[in-house]
Amino acid sequence: MNWISRIFRRRTLQDDLSEEIRLHIEERAEQLIREGMSPTEAERQARIAFGSRTLFEERSREVWQWPTLESVWADVRLALRQLRRSPGFTIAAVLTLALAIGANAVVFGMLNALVLRPLNLPRAQSLYAIEHGSDYGYQSYPDYLDLRDRNRSFDSLAAFTATQAGLDTGKDASRVFGYQTSGNYFDTLGIQPYLGRFFHCSDERGPNSAPYIVLSYTYWHSHFQDDRGVMGRVVQLNKHPFTIIGVAPPGFRGTLLLLSPDFFMPAVNQEQLDGHSALNARGARWVLEVVGHLKPAVTPAQAVADLNSIGSYLATTYPKEDGFKSYTLARPGLYGDLLGRPARAFLTGLMLLAALILLAACANLGSLFAARAADRSREVAMRLALGSRRIRILRQLFTESLLLSLAGGALGLAGSVLLLRGLSAWQPLPRFPVNVPVTPDANVYLAALAFALLSGFLFGIVPVRQVLSANPYEVVKSGSSAGPGRRWTVRDLLLVLQIAICAVLVTSSIVAVRGLVRSLHSNFGFEPRAVMMADTDLKMAGYIGDRVPAMQRHMIEAVETLPGVAHVAAANSTPLGGVQVKPPVFKDEAHDFRPANASATTFQYDISPNYFQAAGTSLLAGRAFSWNDDKNAPRVAVVNREFAHQVFASIPAAVGSYFRLSDGTRIQVVGLVEDGKYMSLTESPQTAMFFPLLQSPSSQTFLLVRSKGDAGRDPQQIAEAVRGKLRLLDAGLPLETETWSNDLDAAMFPARLATISLSVLGIMGAMLALTGIFGMAAYSVSKRLRDLGIRLALGAHRRELLQAALGRPLKLLAIGSAAGLLLGVLASRVLALLVYQATPRDPLVLATVVLAMSLLGLAATWIPAQRALSVDPLILLREE
Amino acid sequence: MTDHAARDLFPGALEMMVLESLRRQPAHGYALVQHIRQRSNNLLQVEEGSLYPALQRLLKARLVKAEWGLSATNRRVRTYQITASGLRHLERQISSFERMFEGIALVLNPRKAATK
Repeated sequence: MNWISRIFRRRTLQDDLSEEIRLHIEERAEQLIREGMSPTEAERQARIAFGSRTLFEERSREVWQWPTLESVWADVRLALRQLRRSPGFTIAAVLTLALAIGANAVVFGMLNALVLRPLNLPRAQSLYAIEHGSDYGYQSYPDYLDLRDRNRSFDSLAAFTATQAGLDTGKDASRVFGYQTSGNYFDTLGIQPYLGRFFHCSDERGPNSAPYIVLSYTYWHSHFQDDRGVMGRVVQLNKHPFTIIGVAPPGFRGTLLLLSPDFFMPAVNQEQLDGHSALNARGARWVLEVVGHLKPAVTPAQAVADLNSIGSYLATTYPKEDGFKSYTLARPGLYGDLLGRPARAFLTGLMLLAALILLAACANLGSLFAARAADRSREVAMRLALGSRRIRILRQLFTESLLLSLAGGALGLAGSVLLLRGLSAWQPLPRFPVNVPVTPDANVYLAALAFALLSGFLFGIVPVRQVLSANPYEVVKSGSSAGPGRRWTVRDLLLVLQIAICAVLVTSSIVAVRGLVRSLHSNFGFEPRAVMMADTDLKMAGYIGDRVPAMQRHMIEAVETLPGVAHVAAANSTPLGGVQVKPPVFKDEAHDFRPANASATTFQYDISPNYFQAAGTSLLAGRAFSWNDDKNAPRVAVVNREFAHQVFASIPAAVGSYFRLSDGTRIQVVGLVEDGKYMSLTESPQTAMFFPLLQSPSSQTFLLVRSKGDAGRDPQQIAEAVRGKLRLLDAGLPLETETWSNDLDAAMFPARLATISLSVLGIMGAMLALTGIFGMAAYSVSKRLRDLGIRLALGAHRRELLQAALGRPLKLLAIGSAAGLLLGVLASRVLALLVYQATPRDPLVLATVVLAMSLLGLAATWIPAQRALSVDPLILLREE
Repeated sequence: MTDHAARDLFPGALEMMVLESLRRQPAHGYALVQHIRQRSNNLLQVEEGSLYPALQRLLKARLVKAEWGLSATNRRVRTYQITASGLRHLERQISSFERMFEGIALVLNPRKAATK
C-alpha cells in the first residue's frame, strides 16, 4: 500500500492545493480588473465566484485522507481531553488496571515459562521424557540401555541425572553441580558445542572410559574468565582427573528447567564420582530421566505401547529388580510429572485468581464508567439531538476505555517485566544453583496486550445500553438522569460482583497464610531450631570404603569437643532435605522380593549414634544406636510409628520384630521413633527407617550440631568453629554450613511462594474492594448532596443522613462479602491441596475475613461519610 | 450541509467534463473552469472551487497527473494532463453515460420510443 508514503506526502499535497487555489483566485481577479473592475471589488467577486475556499480545501483534503484512521485520531484527542479533565478518575483507573493487568502478566509469564514454553532446545516439540510408574523419571542404567536399544519409536534415547561434585582446578576445591549423561546426550538433543567438542557414544568404552567434562557456558564465563586455553586442561572431579573437552553454547541449561548446571560428564564415569558402580545394578534407579525425540511418524500412544512391551520383557526377564509398571511420556524440564503436575495445577489456579482480579477491576471501572456516562447524559443527549449517530458516541466511549486500558496495560507490563526479571535472577535456595527462568518473551507481551484490550472492551461495554436507550428529549428536559435509584441497577450488580470476587481473594489469601503459619509450627518429627548443619561429601575429598565411616566418627568426635555444643551426629541425608532414598521393604516371611510384593517403600536414613538427640526426634520405645552396631554386629534398625503400623500392623510389637530388604537382608527393629515429615510438609504420614552408619555407610555427610540451651549460640560463631575443627582434620574437604532452619527453606519454598503470591493477590483484591466501595459511596453522596441538604434543613439527624447516603453501598458490601466468603470457602478446598493445613473451616479465618471486609467498608466510606455530614444546606440551596 | 451545483448534476459528471476537457489539451484549474463554462454556453453555473475536490479525486485515482509550470501568459500554474488510464476511464464513462441518457430520454418521451 502506498498510504504510508501518502502520509508523508500530505504536507506537500496541502501546500500545493492552497497555492493553486490562491493563484486561481488571483487570476480571476486580474481577469475582472482587465474587464474594468476596481481591484477591491474584483477580488471580492473572484472570491464569490470561487465559493467557500475553506470548504473546498477541506473537501479536497478529505479525498486523500484515510477516513477511519483520521477520525479515530480525532476520537483519541477528544478522549485524552476528557480524561485530562478528570485526573483523579484517570489515575485511579490506570493504576487499577496496571495492577490487575500486571498481576495477570506476571502469572502468565510464569505459566508461559514453566508450563507452556518448551525447553530451549532444537525441535523441542517432539522431545519427550519417559516416566516409569510411580518412579517418575527414575530408572536404572541397565534398564535405560534396554530401552535405548530395544525401542522402535525414538530417534535415539539419552539419559541424564543431576549430580554434584567437588571440582579442583588446582587453586581450590569447590562444589559444582552438573549432569551425568549418556554419551549420546548432546547428539540426541541436537546441540553443537560453543568451544571444543562434546563427548559422543563412541567415547564410551566401558566403565570409567571417558574422563571428559564439558563446561556450561556460564561456568566457563564466570570461573575461567572466557579463557579459550582451558581446552585440554585436566581438572580433578572428586579427586579423579577429568579433561575439559568443550564448552556448551550460551543459553543451554540441559534438560531441567530450574537447575543451572556447571558441567556435563559421561555417566559411564559415574563410579569415579559416586564411589560405587551403578552401571550394572538393574535395581538402582539413579538415572533421573530418559529423553528422546519421537520419530516423525510415531504418535505418543504408539511410543507408549512400544515402551510397555519392553517393560513387560524387562519384568519377565528380571523379576527381582523390575516389577511391571506402565510407561508414560511426559514433558521434560520439571522432572516430568513429579514437579510438573503440581506446578501446572498451582499456576493454573493462580491464573484463575489473577483473571478474577482483572474481572473485579473491570467491574470496578465499569461501574465508574457507567457513573461517568450518567453524569455526561446531558452531553450525550445534546449530541444525539444535534444529529450525532449513536455509534459515534459509543466509539467515543470505547476510545476512552481502550486508552485507559492500554495505558494501564503498558504500566502493568513494565512492572511485571521488572518483577519477572527479578524472579529469574533470584536464587531461592542458596546452596543449589536453582533459579526459576521466567524471563518474559513475546508471548507475555502479546498476552498483556490481549488482557488490556479485553479489559478495555469489558468495562467499556457497561454503559452501552445506557447510551443506546438514552432519549435525548427526556434527558434535556428533566435536567439529569433519574433520581436516586429505586431498583437494582447494573452498577449495583457490578459492585456486588466485584466485592464478591474481592472477598474470595481475601478469603483465599488468609486461608493460605494461616495454613503456612500452622505448617511452620507443626511437628516435623524433629526440632530444627538451635541446630547448625555442616554438609560435605567425603567422596569429593577422595574417601572411599572403610575410610568413610572412620572419618565421619573423627568429625563427630572433633566437633563434640567444641564449647557450647550439646549433641553432634551425622546422617546421609536429613528429612525434608531434598534428596531422599526410598527403597522397598518386605515382611520377614517374604520370599519373593519383587517390588510389587513390598510391604512399603520407606524413607531410609543412615545415621550415627546420638542422631535422635541431635535432631530432636523422640525415641518412643527400644534403643537408639551405638558405635557397637557395626559391620560385625547383627543388622538393626529404628523405625517410625507409621512403619510399625504398615509393616507389622502393630506398634507395640514392632520392637524386636524383623523385616527384610530387597536383597533378602534380615534386619531387626531395635527402636521406635515418632512420625515426621520427610519429603514435603503436605505429605500424609510416611514410613521411615534408620540404619546405623557403620552398617549402611554413605559418603554423603550431614553433620548436625545442636547447641546447648534452647536458643543456642550465635549460629555464625558455631559455624566458624565447626569449619575450623574440620579443616584441622582435612583441609581439602568441601564444606557448606547452614542453620537447619534455613536449610528447611527449600522444603518450605513451594508453600512460601504460594503464600506470597496469594497474599499479593489478596491485597490487590482488598484494594480493589476499597476503591470500588469508595467510588460507589462517593458517587452516591455527590449525587444526593442536594437531597441530603434538604433533609438536614428539615431537621434530619446525622444518623439518618448517613443511612440515606451510605446505606446502599454498605448493603451492597454486605451482600457481596457474604457471597464472596461462601465462594472463598469453597475455593479454599482447592488451596488445601497445596498449602499444608489450609482449612477454610477455621473460625479464625472466617472472623478475619469478616473483620477485614468490614474494615475495608469502613475505610472506604469514611471520606464520603465526612462529606455527607459536612453538607451545608444553605450553600447547596443557594446554588439552585 | 447543502449540496452545491456540481452535485446537482450527478455524481461523476464534473469529473467526466474535466477529463473530456483535458483530453483536448492539458490545462490548469482556472482554464478548465473557463473551458467548461464556455463549452456549456454558460448553462452550467458551477462554483469555481468545486472543481478542486474533483481534481483531487482524479489525481488520487491516477486518471490525471499534475505538474507545476508556466502558462502561455507566463503565470505560474499547476497544469493537469490526462493519463492513459484516464483516457480509458473516460471512454467507459461516456458510453455508459450515453446509455443512461438514452434511457432517461425514453422515459421522458415514451411516444418517441414506441415509434422507434
